[in-house]
Amino acid sequence: MEQSFLEFQNVSFQYREDSPIVLDDVSIQVNQNEWVAVIGHNGSGKSTMAKLMNGLLSPNEGYVYVDGLLLSEENIWEIRRKVGMVFQNPDNQFVGTTVKDDVAFGLENHGIPREEMVKRIAHSLKAVGMEEYEDHEPHRLSGGQKQRVAIASVLAVAPSMVILDEATAMLDPKGRKEIMHTVNQVRQERDVSVVTITHDLNEVTLADRVIVMNKGNVWFEGTPRELFEQKEDLQSIGLDIPLVSKFAHELKGLGLDVKTQPLNHEELMDELWTLHSTT
Amino acid sequence: MDITFDNVSYIYQPNSPFEHRALENLSFQIPSGSFVAVIGHTGSGKSTLIQHLNGLLAPTHGSVTVGDVTLQAGSKPKNLKALRKKVGVVFQYPEHQLFEETIEKDISFGPLNFGVQKEEIKQRVQETIEAVGLSSDMLERSPFDLSGGQMRRVAIAGVLAMNPQVLVLDEPTAGLDPKGQREIMDMFYKLHHEKNLTTVHVTHSMEDALAYADYVIVMHNGHMYMQGKPLEVFKEKDALNKVGLDVPEIIELTDKMNKRFGLSLEYKKQSIEELAAEAAQKLKGASV
Repeated sequence: MEQSFLEFQNVSFQYREDSPIVLDDVSIQVNQNEWVAVIGHNGSGKSTMAKLMNGLLSPNEGYVYVDGLLLSEENIWEIRRKVGMVFQNPDNQFVGTTVKDDVAFGLENHGIPREEMVKRIAHSLKAVGMEEYEDHEPHRLSGGQKQRVAIASVLAVAPSMVILDEATAMLDPKGRKEIMHTVNQVRQERDVSVVTITHDLNEVTLADRVIVMNKGNVWFEGTPRELFEQKEDLQSIGLDIPLVSKFAHELKGLGLDVKTQPLNHEELMDELWTLHSTT
Repeated sequence: MDITFDNVSYIYQPNSPFEHRALENLSFQIPSGSFVAVIGHTGSGKSTLIQHLNGLLAPTHGSVTVGDVTLQAGSKPKNLKALRKKVGVVFQYPEHQLFEETIEKDISFGPLNFGVQKEEIKQRVQETIEAVGLSSDMLERSPFDLSGGQMRRVAIAGVLAMNPQVLVLDEPTAGLDPKGQREIMDMFYKLHHEKNLTTVHVTHSMEDALAYADYVIVMHNGHMYMQGKPLEVFKEKDALNKVGLDVPEIIELTDKMNKRFGLSLEYKKQSIEELAAEAAQKLKGASV
């Protein structure tokens, strides 16, 4: 039985009483060790959802449960220890004068012994491919490098859940792949739930489950494969499907019997290969 | 406006322990009216390069010429104001630079600083707000009440209001949703042609480089690694992979189809529908 780690029960949120409702009666859950991608166009409420997950915002109505705890002022610090967050703009999340110090900052706050700290810093910097930059000044790094350090800082604290709020938006394609690879690797090493808020459809294909937000509501919930079968519907709310799905749709329309919704090139090739060799 | 880099090197903090060579012996020419994409891995020198285009940085060695203004290493830069009037830069996340009370004041700020007459500014504000796809009804509103995508459009309008002849775009679509990204790029593409601009577009998106640019410069470790027309550059998959870059996905997919099924599909900017039709035809033909 899958164990729920995070749960929203009928959560509604608006920034001010006279401003529009950002989330409208949203109920979702994220299981332990599950990777959930949240997508939706700008203003659909997805970043607000992320901020409600670790108590940066609290709901106007409804309940947020993290690891069985109802989010409240009393346990907010405990919850933030469990839920690490990486934001879109890395410049807003640096405090240390060197990369090493910066990763150490979070660990110091959590009272991790020095010996363990040294180990964790090295390990998490290696995980994001920044081990050679230990002694560099964070503000001298490029945007992509900064973001990798920010991710390392969160990983070092060993949270039960990591939220990446458009954390790869500023990285180049190789950098994005590295981060996704990193997330996969961390998940293999230990139990961690991952929530990625993203516009990158290729990131979505890596997740176990996708939640699509539209106008403050959950518009779709299911696997990436199920999602990308809904080509026209997705486009009607300003989103799109990956190129490989489009290509498969076209081939299907042209009479090639592509049955499974492919998530990557290899899946499409394999499917076409089977068709190719049986006809 | 022609842009020429002649043997340009740029060194951050020279003669210090932090010395860092960001550009090395960079030479290229961008003819007036081109739409050039500058691509390269994070840290390859792209941002340093574009900061030379409006004199935010001056070369440590060599010279940069934009129109009739030359920045020569070692000599005090002259005519910087004239240069900045002609070269509009849209930085990453330009909406972070909004500061005025109303949208109109924010868009007017640049031209006001360059001494443009009030009447002329009013007219430019009207023109640019429409050019970026917003309504002039919004001019009296605060820019901070807008959505992120709208704020970015206002910031871009502020750059356009200076009537630049060269437009430098540093990842102008970062953080927008796919629809917003396409809208902003289509808008720049349209302006580029309508106003006969020279556009330099720094991007991580190989798809955008393929779709909009007529010339591509590939940077690596401060050097010019490759240059050419997009379809030529993106033929060199192995060379690009070596410096941490990919080819556009549609080209990658075409290559894979060819290899796996022994086809001879050629990607020459046809639509995905057309490409699929060619592929289907060849696949069906091959299996008989």
